[in-house]
Amino acid sequence: MKVPIIRLGKVLLVSIQVDLTDAAALQFQQDLINRISETEALGVAIDITSLDVVDSYMARVINDTASMARLLGAEVVISGVQPFVALALVEMGRELINVDCVFNLEQALKKLEVTIAARGDRGMGRDSYEG
Amino acid sequence: MKGNVLQHLAVATATDIVRARSVARQEAARIGFGLADQTRLATAVSELARNVLKYASEGSCLIHEDSTATEMRLHITMEDHGPGIPDVAAAMKDGYSTGGGMGAGLPGTRRLVDKFEIESFPGLTRVTISMVRKRQ
Repeated sequence: MKVPIIRLGKVLLVSIQVDLTDAAALQFQQDLINRISETEALGVAIDITSLDVVDSYMARVINDTASMARLLGAEVVISGVQPFVALALVEMGRELINVDCVFNLEQALKKLEVTIAARGDRGMGRDSYEG
Repeated sequence: MKGNVLQHLAVATATDIVRARSVARQEAARIGFGLADQTRLATAVSELARNVLKYASEGSCLIHEDSTATEMRLHITMEDHGPGIPDVAAAMKDGYSTGGGMGAGLPGTRRLVDKFEIESFPGLTRVTISMVRKRQ
């Protein structure tokens, strides 16, 4: 099961809708990194509202994906962490998710817009952010 | 093993991890545990099942309960016949990992549940986690 990646101007949108196996999570990571590189996206919003379990492995995949995206030049924002997922992650200890988080996709896009604007390289992409 | 066996699942593929955590959540919900505890249990099962796959290739997950009129009591036993954990005390400390993970596995799992029992030697590793709540 592939996670669809949608392009919206200079930003990529991802909504993880199903519980992913470890292999599917790594496939998603690779697909996303490739898409960022192809599109020279300046930002990525990943919505995980549908994930009702995020264990240390999935948390690491999310962190690693964000680090890789940043190395390529894209900002990453996570949205929709469920309250009980947050509770379990914090109780497990260590800072398991080390990425900017917001409530929903709309806020994620706003946050990306602000962050990208602050970088001052808005005009560098292949087309304008306003589309 | 305590009380009634609710589920006995094989843990041999990555898909089994997803299934084990989803079944654990369903059983916890059916017994009456709230969303927070369901999530704690599902997360704990996911961590333990992944350890089984990573270190022993295969094993089993037993979900059992011995609830009473006043208490909900759910237990999950994860068992494998792999090489065993060389140093259990060290494996229960934060930051310890031999599998290239974050090292949050066992100590993190212990913090999610009420009771955590582990025995491990070459040929058998058995972890039992328990969650006990008073009925409302």
